Amino acid sequence: MRNSRSILLVEDDSIDAMTVKRAFKDLKVTNSLAHAINGEEALSYLRDYNNEVPCVILLDLNMPKMNGIEFLKIAKNDDALKKIPVVVLTTSSEERDVVESFRFSVAGYIVKPVDYKKFVEAIKTIDLYWTLSELPEQDLGTKDSAKLEANIVS
Amino acid sequence: MLSSKPILLVEDDSVDAMTVKRAIEDIGSKDTLVRSANGEEALDYLRNETNKRPRLILLDLNMPKMNGIEFLKHIKADNVLKRVPVIVLTTSMEDQDILRSFELSIAGYVVKPLDYKKFVEIIRTISQYWALSQLPCTG
Repeated sequence: MRNSRSILLVEDDSIDAMTVKRAFKDLKVTNSLAHAINGEEALSYLRDYNNEVPCVILLDLNMPKMNGIEFLKIAKNDDALKKIPVVVLTTSSEERDVVESFRFSVAGYIVKPVDYKKFVEAIKTIDLYWTLSELPEQDLGTKDSAKLEANIVS
Repeated sequence: MLSSKPILLVEDDSVDAMTVKRAIEDIGSKDTLVRSANGEEALDYLRNETNKRPRLILLDLNMPKMNGIEFLKHIKADNVLKRVPVIVLTTSMEDQDILRSFELSIAGYVVKPLDYKKFVEIIRTISQYWALSQLPCTG
């Protein structure tokens, strides 16, 4: 992606999360990946001032506790969070999910390919696009905060 | 069959508009480009139900009559129009412009390079991403 800020992956399935992590590694994406397992955890992560504000959020839809759409409703109504671009990354190709997501102003909706090679290609396209795009500066104090290591799934 | 929804380009400069059109052709895209010269014209286009709703909007910021930010405020207040992804395509690198655009829920902010070859590559990247992404089938 464009800068060295972290990417927040909101995904309940640990295998899917590992796949994203693996694809990042294979593509040599240098941004660190922070991981929340549902919408609620993602909001807590984003609201914690000790955490680096991510440059992009990759969002699964079907999650327990708080699903993707519910997370979107809250995040897109929050003055600080709404400017972070959200890209849906899901297995759902349901038209309703697509429409709802764009209703809440997502910046992309990607259906996860089952084939790993195609999945890597998809992540590559996402990375290229969000490297090309400018991103809003986060008004969180000094640049030192950008050096904080984001939590990474082990 | 895929409905051939156009891309709406909102751009006051006709040379810049021609460049976008040329780049889209040069990448081999079959996308139709519809152009409005400012925000007001673009809103008229979008609100006219006889026009095909675009699948994407490429939006310049600095335009007379109604600029890009004003246009964004209008469409994002419209329940149907707000679903169309908007990508800002501008010469402005101003932090304020970037911040305000993302606060109005744009789906990308791209600064136009002077070099045409680089511009073509940029159009290619935008095209590939939005070919990968699902898009809402509105109205």
